[in-house]
Amino acid sequence: MTTVEKKIMSFSIVAGLVFCVPQTASAMHIMEGYLPPAFCIGWGAICLPFLAAGVIAIRRLVQQHRKSILLLAMAGAFVFVISSLKIPSVTGSCSHMTGTGLGAILFGVPATSVLGLIVLVFQALLLAHGGLTTLGANTFSMAIAGPLLTWGLYQAGKKLRLPKLLNVFLAAMLGDLLTYCVTSVQLALAYPSAEGGVWASMVEFLAVFAPTQLPLAIIEGILTMLVMMGLETYAKTELHELRSAKGGLFK
Amino acid sequence: MSRNTKIVLVSLLAVILLALVPLFVLKDAEFGGSDDAGSVKVEEVTGEEYEPWFTPVLEQIIGGELPGEVESLFFCIQTGLGVGVLAYGFGYLVARKKYGGMQQDKPSDKEEKP
Repeated sequence: MTTVEKKIMSFSIVAGLVFCVPQTASAMHIMEGYLPPAFCIGWGAICLPFLAAGVIAIRRLVQQHRKSILLLAMAGAFVFVISSLKIPSVTGSCSHMTGTGLGAILFGVPATSVLGLIVLVFQALLLAHGGLTTLGANTFSMAIAGPLLTWGLYQAGKKLRLPKLLNVFLAAMLGDLLTYCVTSVQLALAYPSAEGGVWASMVEFLAVFAPTQLPLAIIEGILTMLVMMGLETYAKTELHELRSAKGGLFK
Repeated sequence: MSRNTKIVLVSLLAVILLALVPLFVLKDAEFGGSDDAGSVKVEEVTGEEYEPWFTPVLEQIIGGELPGEVESLFFCIQTGLGVGVLAYGFGYLVARKKYGGMQQDKPSDKEEKP
C-alpha cells in the first residue's frame, strides 16, 4: 500500500471503531426509517473499512490490470440486473436476489462491497427501495456478509477440489441465503420480541425471509454459474490475470 | 450437443421453472414484496404500530409515494443498464475469441510446425 492508501485505511478503521464503541446495545433490504439511528450508524461504521479497502482494491485494479476492468464492470452490471428482478416465490411473496456472489468470486470481498453499495444507493434514491438511513445495514448484509461467505466457500471448495461449476453454484447460493439471514439478525437486534428477546424475534424474521429466499438463492446460484461458464470460455486471459494478481488485490 | 450446452439448457430450464411455478401454483397469492412482509413482521413482533422515522428522499421531494408505473420504469432502467453492460462485455469477449484468436494462434502454429 502507498502512504495515502495506508492513511485512508487507518482512518476508516479508526472512524469505524469510534462509531462502534459508544453503542452498548447496537443492531435485505431493510426499509427506510425502520432502524433506530444508533443501529444505522453502527452498521455503517462496520462497513467503512471494507468500503475503503474496496476503493483501494479497485484503484489498484484500474492501474495495474486494465484488462480486468471489463470484468469488474460486468460483475457490477450483474449485481444491477440480478437485484432488479423481483421474482415470485413459493411463499406467495416476491423477493429479489443480490448478485454479489460473482463479484466476490472474481474480485474478493472489498471490491464487491463497493459494487453493492452503488446498487443500493441507486435503489435507495430512485426506487425508495431500501433506504439511505438503512444503507449501512443493507450494505453489510448484501455487499459484505454474503460475499464474505461466498468467497470463503469458494476458496474452501477449491482446496477440496470440488467440481468448479458446482463450487460456484454452492458458494453463490449460500451467500445469497446468508444475506437474508443477516437481515433477519439485524432486524431482530433492533426489535427484540417482548417475550423471547432477540432469539425469538430472529426466528420470526427468518420465517418471513428464508422460505421466500430459498428458491431465489438457487436461481442466483445457477445464474452465477452460467456467467462463470461464459467467462471461463471467453475471458481466459483476464481470469488468469486476476488469479495471478490476487496478492496485490487484497484477496 | 456438448456437455456445456446441456448444462446451460438444463439450468435455464430450472431457473424458468423456479421463477414461474409459484405464479401458477399459488393462484390467490398477492406476491407483495418480502420487504413489506418484513415491515408487517416488525409490527407483529413489537406489538405496536411502527412509524418509520425517516421517509425516502424521493418521496419527500415529490410529497407522496412513487407511482407504481414510474417505479417499474426505474426498475427497468436498472435492469437495462445492467444488461447493456453485460451484453457489451460478452459481445466483446465472444467476438475477440472468434476473430482475434486467429491472428494470435497463427504465429504459434508456425512455431510448432517446423
